[in-house]
Amino acid sequence: MAMTLAEKIFSSHLREEPFPGAKVLNIDVVLCHEITTPIAINDLVARGKDRVFDTSKIKVVIDHVTPSKDTKTATQAKILRDWARRHNIKDFFDIGRNGVCHAIFPEKGFIRPGYTVIMGDSHTCTHGAFGAFAAGVGTTDLEVGILKGVCSFRQPETIRVNINGTMPEAVSAKDIILKVIKTLTVNGATDCVIEFRGNIVSAMSMEGRMTLCNMAIEAGGTSGVCMPDEITVDYLWPFISSGYKDKAAALDDFKKWRSDEGCNYKKIIDIDVTNMEPQVTVGYKPDQVKDVSELEGTPVDQVYIGSCTNGRIGDLREAAAYLKGKTIAPAVRGIVSPATPDVFKQADSEGIIKIFMDSGFCVTNPTCGACLGMSNGVLAPEEVCASTTNRNFNGRMGKGGMVHLMSPAVAAVTAVEGKIADPRKFRKEKI
Amino acid sequence: MKTFGGKVLFLDRADINTDEIIPAKYLTENSKEALKPHMLEDLKLEGFDPNAPAVKESRVVVARSNFGCGSSREHAPWVFEVNDINVVVASSFARIFRQNMFNCGMLAIELSDKNIDELFVYKGSDASISIDFDNDKLTVTSGKGCRTFSYHIAEFDKALVKEDGWVGFADARY
Repeated sequence: MAMTLAEKIFSSHLREEPFPGAKVLNIDVVLCHEITTPIAINDLVARGKDRVFDTSKIKVVIDHVTPSKDTKTATQAKILRDWARRHNIKDFFDIGRNGVCHAIFPEKGFIRPGYTVIMGDSHTCTHGAFGAFAAGVGTTDLEVGILKGVCSFRQPETIRVNINGTMPEAVSAKDIILKVIKTLTVNGATDCVIEFRGNIVSAMSMEGRMTLCNMAIEAGGTSGVCMPDEITVDYLWPFISSGYKDKAAALDDFKKWRSDEGCNYKKIIDIDVTNMEPQVTVGYKPDQVKDVSELEGTPVDQVYIGSCTNGRIGDLREAAAYLKGKTIAPAVRGIVSPATPDVFKQADSEGIIKIFMDSGFCVTNPTCGACLGMSNGVLAPEEVCASTTNRNFNGRMGKGGMVHLMSPAVAAVTAVEGKIADPRKFRKEKI
Repeated sequence: MKTFGGKVLFLDRADINTDEIIPAKYLTENSKEALKPHMLEDLKLEGFDPNAPAVKESRVVVARSNFGCGSSREHAPWVFEVNDINVVVASSFARIFRQNMFNCGMLAIELSDKNIDELFVYKGSDASISIDFDNDKLTVTSGKGCRTFSYHIAEFDKALVKEDGWVGFADARY
């Protein structure tokens, strides 16, 4: 029978179906951060079950509040740190080596095609870019994942989104996913996997694919997925080369996860990007999306570039190309957070950090902090932030604040102008 | 098993997200009880006062579609739980929130848009909801009268509620 990628992963990982429609899956990787994991750890300790199902399959990072800002966050970090040490979890990334979870875990090669991945973080869907089934879960699911290596799901249906055409200037994966969310609406993909296909996705870097899959949850999707291909193999090669005789062999192996011809989709959506403008959100829901030309001139107080959506090296390069030789508007606060130490070092070696600083941006350490108004970059009431993040919810970056979601290119030119601007009208420098 | 039912808090809006239910700045707490004063603190809903006595006395939330969207934070069901709200009734839920509710042994009940409209008729009338868990029925009562609705919960979710959550269920089984 022809199957989707998600169906293949479900059938190969099925532990049991205790009741009709409830699929308990074996989990390949359980990812943990310091906000949602400590309560799971405390509960396991209280139950006398302070164990982990497989030390090598648990990956841990401190990323939301780092460096710790107060006693409470220092305590969260300590609970996670002590737990990782006592269970001898080797893949633990503490301050100095830590980065935004959905950027650092793929960078370390932890995610592979055909994997099941869970984390107590809704943007876990990012990892579907590798052809994995990756779902955000709550703390209880995380706790059971840590203890037993299983998690339950309803069998998701798959929505296929074909993204075709010719990529216009200054349009990126972020603009495309905003358009997809606008099309699907904020709950159009609930209990579904969103499969990104088409010539644009086939040519897209793993970074771009991660940006697409990252925001599947904003349409309610359980996981985003892309088909594993040569680009997937190239990205993972440093981590998998010992397991295959060459890249062609790896590709052959990965191909088995791809959705079959004739498989069953709940819905198929076609998006042609050829005439697409850069996209920007307005309001408090991520499906409230407009063309940048409709919002040009909207004043902003802060510009934030970073996060699991757009804090990778390609994102920083894109923004820096518009910032080189310019200074940001005097009334704007610019903040950039390279998503991982490797991104930071790479940006530094390419002169990108200097471009940001010369333009007037503050460069922070890798952290999720500003995206959810948690540890830095918090807005005052009535303030407006142009942001490359993933949520524009009421209060998301600070009570009473307003967030416009956009690509790194739009964010960069918006910082220069002090108001929402269209990157197609600006010169992009070589960096 | 938890106890279900009591005074109703009507939240007449779709797409209520978990940031509104419990803002991220409180996610630094390491106990559920510490969340208690902050329930629905950032809810964008005209005329809504999170500190009103009627809010604190509520035991059931009724809302529109896509309830609990956004962040996976289980702090959202927890802040309801520590405020003695163990039932949310809506026309649809975001997946993670719905699973978190059942994983905590709490009820996320879906009714049709039409039934939700019919429930909202009781808004402002000091309504209470009682739950007949074994027979999958929900009854709303107020000075305006009473009305019973049938609902459906998946067998698995029902088992989680009976066993007071997923940890106990999974630990006994896997």
